[in-house]
Amino acid sequence: MSSPAVSLRTSFGALISRELQCALRKRQDLANPLVFFVLVVVLFPLGVSPEPSFLETASSGVVWVAALLSTMLSLDRLFRDDYEHGTLEQLVISPQPLYLIVLVKIALHWCLTGLPLLLLSPVLAVMMHLPAEHIPVLMLTLLLGTPTLSLIGGIGAALTVSLRSGGVLVSLIILPLTIPVLIFGTGTILASIDGIPVAGYLATMGAFLMLAITLSPFACAAALKMSVSS
Amino acid sequence: MSADLIAKRLTCERDDRLLFSNLDFVLRAGDVVQVVGPNGAGKTTLLRIIAGLYQNFDGQLLWGADDVANQRDSFNHELLFLGHKSAINPLLTVQENLNFLCAMHEDHTRQAQTDALEQVGLRGYEDIYCQNLSAGQLRRVALARLYLSNAKLWVLDEIFTAIDLAGVAQLEQLLENKAKAGVAVIFTTHHKPSLDGLRHLNLEDFRV
Repeated sequence: MSSPAVSLRTSFGALISRELQCALRKRQDLANPLVFFVLVVVLFPLGVSPEPSFLETASSGVVWVAALLSTMLSLDRLFRDDYEHGTLEQLVISPQPLYLIVLVKIALHWCLTGLPLLLLSPVLAVMMHLPAEHIPVLMLTLLLGTPTLSLIGGIGAALTVSLRSGGVLVSLIILPLTIPVLIFGTGTILASIDGIPVAGYLATMGAFLMLAITLSPFACAAALKMSVSS
Repeated sequence: MSADLIAKRLTCERDDRLLFSNLDFVLRAGDVVQVVGPNGAGKTTLLRIIAGLYQNFDGQLLWGADDVANQRDSFNHELLFLGHKSAINPLLTVQENLNFLCAMHEDHTRQAQTDALEQVGLRGYEDIYCQNLSAGQLRRVALARLYLSNAKLWVLDEIFTAIDLAGVAQLEQLLENKAKAGVAVIFTTHHKPSLDGLRHLNLEDFRV
């Protein structure tokens, strides 16, 4: 008699509800990146110049850099708790594909940190004097860009999960990979301000996202197997 | 058909120290094997190699006729691994933890899970957060999986740690019953379990 195989639906239903429960019971970890994001954007005009014409050109860069750093900040904990409690090794030897487990974890992580950031961005854009007609473009770039950042950052988190102080290392490994996303993110908004059609820019960002969705979970899964085995 | 776990010439070196070399053993359905050796002998490493959590070794590990690495998915279906760390999240309740750990491996009804918690003496604790439990109770949450599992190969690291005497006796009984039902069990402990047909695998014998 072979043990009955558990369905994907049961497993992933349980995984999703567990991730949400854990996240909601640790609200501080959810609020931290968001507060960081808001503070950076709010403090920038105070520190540099509150001149509207200057802020208009700087706004896309400031919002995007803040979004990138706050995503990186939140990713450090993506696998760490699971690693410390030993849940990660149970996930690695689970009969369910690790690729999908990782993808679900990153997707939920984005919903809980990237999505609030995206929803908050119009308020900050107004504060940065970004003209109202460009705000949808900003949101579109964040919609395509922040999940890409989460997926790329997941690789770094998976690689360094077994190290005691992996934070700095994650930045070193991951930041170079995030630069194209940053360049296209801000470039799209600047193009929109200059009146250039942005469809091509957005398509490129969409391509980045698709590339990240297909490749990053493989890399994460391999990195997690390695981290667990050390 | 039941499959056997066969280890051929397993050699593992860690931090420039030889843990064991040319380790051969066969684990058949119904076998109960205790891995023995002093601290640092490589007991946990051996169990992690069997579970597929440690790749850095030489030699061959067969499940049935084929290498474990070639049939990882079906092997994982048959495997129950209980590590040093219990895989219990302190932010979740007892029920939530058990439900999650089960759901990643096998499908069980809520009733079956409640029964399993009853077996490990945690009935009535379902909605208690695991951060409020004692070390022994945390371990018992993880052990509740043993009462639910249909896996054919049990790999249990430090199984009796933090468990009281009555709990140890109950676990020994469970292992005996499961072995009779055709489960292959390999475990480590520093206790002296009293089990019928218990075999020992002494890592000291494979040092040179």
